[in-house]
Amino acid sequence: MASAVHEVTPEEASSHPEPEAVVVRFAGDSGDGMQLTGGQFTLSTALAGNDLATFPDFPAEIRAPQGTTFGVSAFQINFGSTSIETAGDAPDVLIAMNPAALKMSVGVLKPGGLIIADEGEFSARNLAKAGYDANPLEDGSLAKWQLVHFNISQLTLDAVKPLGLGNKEALRCKNMWTLGLALWMFDRDRKPIVDWLNAKFAKAPELAEANIAALNAGHAYGETAEIGGPMKQHHIAAAPVEPGLYRTVTGAESISLGLVAGAQLASLSMFFGGYPITPASAILHHLSRLKEYGVTTFQAEDEIAAIASAIGASYAGSLGVTSSSGPGIALKTEAIGLAIMTELPLVIVNSQRGGPSTGLPTKTEQSDLYQAVYGRNGDAPMPVIAACSPADAFDCAIEAVRLAVQFMTPVMLLTDGYIANAAEPWKVPDMAGYKPFPVEFLKEAPADGFKPYARDDKLKRPWVKPGTDGLTHRIGGIEKAVDTGHIDYAPANHQAMTEIRRDKVLGIANHVPEQEVTLGEAEGKLVIVGWGSTFGPIHQAVRRQRAKGKDVAHIHIRHIWPLPRNLGGLLGGYEKILVPEMNTGQLKTVLRDQYLVDAQPLNKISGQPFRIAEIEAAIEEALA
Amino acid sequence: MNEMTKIGTAKDWESDQEVRWCPGCGDYAILKAVQRTMPELGVRPEDTVFISGIGCSSRFPYYMETYGFHTIHGRAPAIATGVKLANPDLDVWIITGDGDALSIGGNHTMHLLRRNLDCQILLFNNEIYGLTKGQYSPTSRIGTRSPSTPFGSVDRPASPCAFALGSGARFVARGIDVNKKLPEVLKAAHAHKGAAFIEIFQNCIVYNDDVFAPFTDKANAAEGQLWLEHGQPMLFAGGSKGLRLNLDHLHLEIVDVVDGDWQSVGVQIHDIANRSVAHMLVELPFGAFPMALGVLYEDPRPSFEQAVIAQNRQIAEGKIPDLQKLVAKGQTWQVEKQPRVE
Repeated sequence: MASAVHEVTPEEASSHPEPEAVVVRFAGDSGDGMQLTGGQFTLSTALAGNDLATFPDFPAEIRAPQGTTFGVSAFQINFGSTSIETAGDAPDVLIAMNPAALKMSVGVLKPGGLIIADEGEFSARNLAKAGYDANPLEDGSLAKWQLVHFNISQLTLDAVKPLGLGNKEALRCKNMWTLGLALWMFDRDRKPIVDWLNAKFAKAPELAEANIAALNAGHAYGETAEIGGPMKQHHIAAAPVEPGLYRTVTGAESISLGLVAGAQLASLSMFFGGYPITPASAILHHLSRLKEYGVTTFQAEDEIAAIASAIGASYAGSLGVTSSSGPGIALKTEAIGLAIMTELPLVIVNSQRGGPSTGLPTKTEQSDLYQAVYGRNGDAPMPVIAACSPADAFDCAIEAVRLAVQFMTPVMLLTDGYIANAAEPWKVPDMAGYKPFPVEFLKEAPADGFKPYARDDKLKRPWVKPGTDGLTHRIGGIEKAVDTGHIDYAPANHQAMTEIRRDKVLGIANHVPEQEVTLGEAEGKLVIVGWGSTFGPIHQAVRRQRAKGKDVAHIHIRHIWPLPRNLGGLLGGYEKILVPEMNTGQLKTVLRDQYLVDAQPLNKISGQPFRIAEIEAAIEEALA
Repeated sequence: MNEMTKIGTAKDWESDQEVRWCPGCGDYAILKAVQRTMPELGVRPEDTVFISGIGCSSRFPYYMETYGFHTIHGRAPAIATGVKLANPDLDVWIITGDGDALSIGGNHTMHLLRRNLDCQILLFNNEIYGLTKGQYSPTSRIGTRSPSTPFGSVDRPASPCAFALGSGARFVARGIDVNKKLPEVLKAAHAHKGAAFIEIFQNCIVYNDDVFAPFTDKANAAEGQLWLEHGQPMLFAGGSKGLRLNLDHLHLEIVDVVDGDWQSVGVQIHDIANRSVAHMLVELPFGAFPMALGVLYEDPRPSFEQAVIAQNRQIAEGKIPDLQKLVAKGQTWQVEKQPRVE
């Protein structure tokens, strides 16, 4: 690429045809309410019928010092009239509420993209905090982009002050002013946001009024102010999607709903033991409001108590569920072993984040695959399922519950910070389409006597609720005799029980769907194998490369362990295998180990999702 | 179910498993005391769950003909919390030791007591790690020589009952493995609604033999044991000595009682609901004072699982669970057959 930067002329800028998809990034201080603005913009986008994907990108600090670069909170949304699967590689529009926000985000903005900046925040002090020597709004350093700036702070004050708010409170409405402007830019209806503000501030109508005034003022500014060329109104047509009822959903919501649905399909009450941890806490929050669905939530004293209480609840006949993120999962590990040994159903949700140790709490990563598949003492097999999107997480949660109760085993459901927080439109499922799988507890001794570790054809042992007449028995973490479950250290017995535990979990492969090719043919030059939240960028990259005539396919794996029974055969049909992962190559290693194939890694460990272009480049290189 | 018909005899509460503690271990006596007591409690073995952590004492559930769960080190209180929240009708007993409950599981013990989960916690205190072959424990006295402290331990021991009271326990009692009063203490614990904490002094014959002999030996019992009873004066040494509350310095002191006239010397009457005096009783330094035994403190409060259930019911009341409505909650939009094009 040439080093000279072409400066976009106003004519060029306004001559662009109506785009199919637009990426907008809202960036501001942690206290500026950017996540809220993004969330409401998402809702309005969804209501306009666009397909969309979002990427909330916020700091680990609750309130980092104001105006600093590490306190920047951003929300990126990609929406369009075609199918959208990622939050977008590079924003077309950047709304920067202060110098730090500009500094942190402008680098990824598309050349020729639009910057809207609040000049009211570009004081000498704030510029210094962001590390600017000169004001970038004035020194020409932003010339490769289109720049508009006005004093959003002052305009907000002017709009809100007459309502009697103090300076500080009035300035808090800045984000709604900005949202109003964004709504104008994309020709959106303000009413749903007004309704939402009225509901949110039902107890403080003066704040509702002020926020609505700011929203309207921002909208009116777009309509009336003569800002010139770049600030024009766009209309993105509705995306052609399957007809039906839609809503937006985040991964944390859909997992919670899926767990509730799974418990209902299993005819069980649910017990959720959790301990606050980013980014998994949202699941605890959602579930704690669903008491009428037979959900009991318990905020335990630590991660270990959270899983231990869930195991206790499963032992007593409920569906035990726990959830955490990497460091918390590490603490739960011994208890997972207990659930494996006592063969009790349990669902463990891991919302992965950057690691190791505390790592990057608010950033996304897929680096807990080894932990999920291998990370326990002893031969301790456990099924692992990975969700690939917020909507997919609903079905994955139901599947995790089904496997847990049908095989009497803990199941780990992998999601990540990106899926947990990102929102996407979700076609509301028809619950009548889900086949119930009611649990049958053992209620009386079989004719040949009760054996707590007797097995059915799937190698599942019976589930007996304490309180059942005539079936008192003892279980525990010590190795047990085949069938009776009595303590037994005999060498042959340990060999037999270890093999049974292994075979039971491997046998699950016969009770889950075969692996399908997500996009492309079942054989060819190159296959991109992914899992989890890399679905969007992989899918788009493969689609684009196929449109260019490249022989490339996409396989996305939901069942990480055991792997689908036909996967080895499928992979054998391709000359090359490329595995993009947000880790240093964990699925790649498993695939090599299981199938002796030359799976090649493509790794990104920056805490940010893959960009489509990065995967496209890797495809081109592999096929060169 | 008629409670009186199926409770059986001690034999009915014994499992068919061979008991495997060291010969002479205090655990045998506690097991017998529990098995003897269970038939008198009016509960069925099928509704009873014994939950333990790891350690010698934690083998206990295998020997009871009830439901039993031998879990992992220190976590029995957390497992029990899940069991009780999932099925509050179960009668839950936690069997633990000084290492299990106060070292690796100290956090869970504290929170179970604070929350006041309805269960009985039997802490077998032998002041040593038996199962791992004799290392000193969090209740071992300073100077305890063990494989890991060959020159004597230097850290101060925890006092189980003081820990329990400090954690918010509403029932705190002490018993001795071989003492015939243990069943009465167990019954009182079972009758208490909420978390009932019992420290049982248990002799480890192999690694810490006779560590409690200064008050458990027959010869020392009279002077060394103060058995408390609600509404009765705090007397020991055959009634020749008693405890009096020194109001100037707010501590207990020993007074001589002549001819049974405890009133004139102001011997304190045990009021199990008096939390301040309970704090003094659990802190009495043994040696200068006898060991306070029996129910030291009891003052019930609503239990955790009942509060959870009450709130679950109250919030769920009048709401009809409808999965279809739940998944369609929030702001929704309908996509028509043809996408909207303008």
